[in-house]
Amino acid sequence: MHRIHILIAMDSHTLAQGARAVKDALLKDLSLAGLSDEVKVVETGSLGIYKKGVVLVVFPDNIYYTGVTVENVAEIVSEHIVKGRIVEKLKYSKAPGTEVKVQEKAPRFGKQLRVVLRNAGIIDPESIEEYIAHNGYEALGVALTEKKPNDILEQVKASDLQGRGGAFFPTGVKWGFAAREKAEQKYIICNADEGEPGTFKDRLILEGDPHAIIEGMALAGYAVGASKGFIYIRGEYHMSIARINRSIEQARENGLLGEKIFDTDFSFDIEVREGAGAYICGEETALIESIEGKRGEPRDKPPFPPSEGLWGKPTIVNNVETLANIPQIILNGPEWLQKLGTEASPGTKVFTLVGNINNPGLIEVPMGITLREIIYDIGEGIPQGNGFLLAQLGGTTGGILTAEQLDLPLDTDNLRKIGAGLGSGALLVVDDTHNVVEVVKNFVEFFNHESCGKCTLCREGTGRLYELLDKLVSGQGVLKDVDLIERLAKTMMTGAFCGLGQAAPVPILGCLKYFRQEFEKMVNTEQKSVSAVV
Amino acid sequence: MANINLTIDGIPVSVPQGTTVLEAAEKVNIKIPRLCYHPDLPPVSACRLCVVDIKGDRLLRTACSWKCQDGMEVSTRTPHVRDARKMALELLLSRHPMLCTECVRNGSCELQEIANQFGIREISFKYNERKGDKDYSSAAVVRDPSKCILCRRCVQTCELVQSVSAIGMEGRGYDVWVDTPFNEGLNDIACVACGQCIDRCPVGALYENSHINQVWVALDDPKKHVIVQTAPAVRVAIGEEFGMPPGGLVTNQMVAALRRIGFDKVFDTDFTADLTIMEEGHELLGRIKEGGTLPLLTSCSPGWVNFIEHFYPSLLPHVSSCKSPQQMFGALAKTYYAEKEGINPEDIYVVSIMPCTAKKQEAGRSEMSSSGYQDVDAVLTTREAAVMMKQVGIELPQLDDDEYDEPLGISTGAGVIFGATGGVMEAALRTVYEVVTEKKLENVDIKVVRGIQGIREAEIDLNGTKVKAAVAHGLANARELMDKIVKGEADYHFIEIMACPGGCLGGGGQPIPTSEEIRKKRAEAIYKADKGLSMRKSHENPAVLQLYKEFLGEPNSHKAHELLHTHYKGKEIYKHKVA
Repeated sequence: MHRIHILIAMDSHTLAQGARAVKDALLKDLSLAGLSDEVKVVETGSLGIYKKGVVLVVFPDNIYYTGVTVENVAEIVSEHIVKGRIVEKLKYSKAPGTEVKVQEKAPRFGKQLRVVLRNAGIIDPESIEEYIAHNGYEALGVALTEKKPNDILEQVKASDLQGRGGAFFPTGVKWGFAAREKAEQKYIICNADEGEPGTFKDRLILEGDPHAIIEGMALAGYAVGASKGFIYIRGEYHMSIARINRSIEQARENGLLGEKIFDTDFSFDIEVREGAGAYICGEETALIESIEGKRGEPRDKPPFPPSEGLWGKPTIVNNVETLANIPQIILNGPEWLQKLGTEASPGTKVFTLVGNINNPGLIEVPMGITLREIIYDIGEGIPQGNGFLLAQLGGTTGGILTAEQLDLPLDTDNLRKIGAGLGSGALLVVDDTHNVVEVVKNFVEFFNHESCGKCTLCREGTGRLYELLDKLVSGQGVLKDVDLIERLAKTMMTGAFCGLGQAAPVPILGCLKYFRQEFEKMVNTEQKSVSAVV
Repeated sequence: MANINLTIDGIPVSVPQGTTVLEAAEKVNIKIPRLCYHPDLPPVSACRLCVVDIKGDRLLRTACSWKCQDGMEVSTRTPHVRDARKMALELLLSRHPMLCTECVRNGSCELQEIANQFGIREISFKYNERKGDKDYSSAAVVRDPSKCILCRRCVQTCELVQSVSAIGMEGRGYDVWVDTPFNEGLNDIACVACGQCIDRCPVGALYENSHINQVWVALDDPKKHVIVQTAPAVRVAIGEEFGMPPGGLVTNQMVAALRRIGFDKVFDTDFTADLTIMEEGHELLGRIKEGGTLPLLTSCSPGWVNFIEHFYPSLLPHVSSCKSPQQMFGALAKTYYAEKEGINPEDIYVVSIMPCTAKKQEAGRSEMSSSGYQDVDAVLTTREAAVMMKQVGIELPQLDDDEYDEPLGISTGAGVIFGATGGVMEAALRTVYEVVTEKKLENVDIKVVRGIQGIREAEIDLNGTKVKAAVAHGLANARELMDKIVKGEADYHFIEIMACPGGCLGGGGQPIPTSEEIRKKRAEAIYKADKGLSMRKSHENPAVLQLYKEFLGEPNSHKAHELLHTHYKGKEIYKHKVA
């Protein structure tokens, strides 16, 4: 039995900061101190603390250390581990009054509430035993041995869980469409092709708790009658890919994937497919095309994937975060989820907090939280005392929120009213030292690069929007250009082929709505009378 | 199933389940603009010109793909729709070079037509060139990516109609483009030169490698004896280039026009089509009798020959060794005809008018010079022939009839039906039946091999021997049959394959537009031409019989083999590239 556990976050961020070397130094120093038998060092996924260097947690003291280097490992060992004195200069101090506590079912992390991230940073993600020890695969066991597929479907429906990929479509309803299809083969696809700039929640979920995704997919397969799953992961997510592959192997070895799981008639297995970096492949039908070996481009809908998806078969495409919710819903019941969040949007949401913010990182909060709480409490405010200009919520296609909306409770209903959405979970904070038009130009540059090029409005439209914004920024724009930007953006919103082209104009129109005068200020006054024909 | 009732711009319309809004609108005479939609292809919803407003729907929907639903209220003319369409059109126009006057599609360009319909007088965006160099590498097809509007009809045609996939989408975003594998010239990849992409291109981004100038040079050279042959399918289509409705049969007016252009003799490829039946029919009988490689595959369609050389080299022994009628004509023109007329073959210039682009490439194959010269000097598509006529002020529909010259202008109905899918099969069966049974074939209309179905089968009893035949048109259908042969599941004796849908009448050199409806009308005209002829069996063609008597001896003789037969080789064009 170990007296102390030291958890060390081994995610892509901390690895880049030297986590591996820190762990080696830790093991060496513990061994020199003769503590190897008393102290266990555990590799975990992300602890949700970002841009703070290497992160450790010492249990049972619940002390978080950030910015740990090889040089100060010896001090942690000699002071904290040996003498029980906390190394104050490395201790991670949250905003005053908050305490870090890890609770059984919904651990809180300040104003955070951890459902999806319940295991991230707590368990060793490479150990199926640790996942099982934290009630892992219990939901699947209960489902397969005690419940009918339809019971699982009804539970997910009753929970009113909404898709966390960004569209917030009711997951249970989607499953229902596939469940009622009569087909020999159906598929479950986990969409882990996280491509939104500033979004990395799915990566950290996969790195921190890969078995939860496998369990979620197996439950989905059971509910709709699918025996085969694919996880489509962004190719750059090396660690996610390695961990999920390892977890799939472990699940197979333990009879949790494969033939006749839990000695029932239910068989389910999963294959990993790596994306090659195209943003559009996060769109579900483009993702399906890509798995089929074709060029990643969206398909016309209808038919929708639950009736005709991968290789023409009924297919459920769910986001990583959505699937991570499933085992908990089955274990705790649909009412449990509804008690979290708001009536319109039950549950929690994982955000990646980026931009001009003191404490960026991965957070999980209940629905209904305000922007002010996220930015100023959890995020510890804006650096250098700068003012808040705008926030973009939900990735590059996300809506624009200004100071007016700082106290708006964030849920799907409230956001829809102002033409925004929660989207993929990136929250970009922009301070008032930035020029709005340049910020918008930056968004558009991304779409210009990532449009698949299939439909005229998106392909040519994103290119022209970029050209017109660039013209404004470089002082060559005329007043009519601002109108043309608006006209083009509005046309794309209702006329483009897929979600990419329809959503790309959202931040532009949002900025035009709140900051039109900033655009007009950029106009070259000497050319104001000139025609907008560029 | 009960019909669906909806309204389009307030006009009630009733359509069967599965009808698209575009089709329903056409029923009430509303033509919705479109550039990527083509009746031969599944919709891709890319151009966004056909968007319509559907009551209760936040998004505009593409009429080409959106299915009608009961009670649906569609508007095709709201300000929202008009603005979106105009925006899409302006975005396309602003990437198009607008070199209309020097474009091969001036007057037949769909983009030009729609811009005119929309009343475009000013474009909101500056011209930004589309990248891509012109590709002249192919003897048949020229690509000019700078004119491309990315509708993807060519890509879909190549992939779905022909199962060739020589071109595809490359890159993404603003700079996406249509390209070949490895960005190579069409000549250096597995392109079959069929030109179907040209037939579906709405603009001038794809067109034939023109031989017009070199034909004029030959015509203007007093030393040259310039003769022309016309393929069976040209006569049922060239009228369209002069505004005539599809299905007009203008054989003799076409002969008159060609004479006016200045050709010394106007001959008919139908003559060598009859000859092909004699050679290929006897080859088939020989293979059946001697246990040769079966099924025998026809070889008249050069796009098809390219296809099998590229994709099924192991099946080449199945292909008939007969040259195509075009090449038999060229070989005879510079031997038999030259001798007969006492003209030095060096001075004979052979021009073909073909519904085909692959014929241009076929004429240049090194094997096609058994006369000692390049057998066929220049190949004009139907479209190019019409251009030449227009260049000298010929109004074809106004001309009086004229007759083909002898002897290479004499032909039978069996020759003319070569222009339609199933025609070679029917012509062969007419002859083979009489040769084998020595009985007169009473009903020469073998309708079982006609039609538009992609693959058709027939069984004919020849004195107790059942001959099993199959016909395929469009290379995707050919691929299906080839896969059956590879798997050993094809127990046919004889298979006719035409690269293009509908056969030559739907060829890549034919007037644009093409569609199933147009191809059906051309086919009707072909069978009308056949019916109107007194001789309808190749072995009854007196000029062919005379040719054997005077020159070749008998079918498949040594001399026939020397002049009229050829060989093939697998291309394996990507082997060195992926090694």
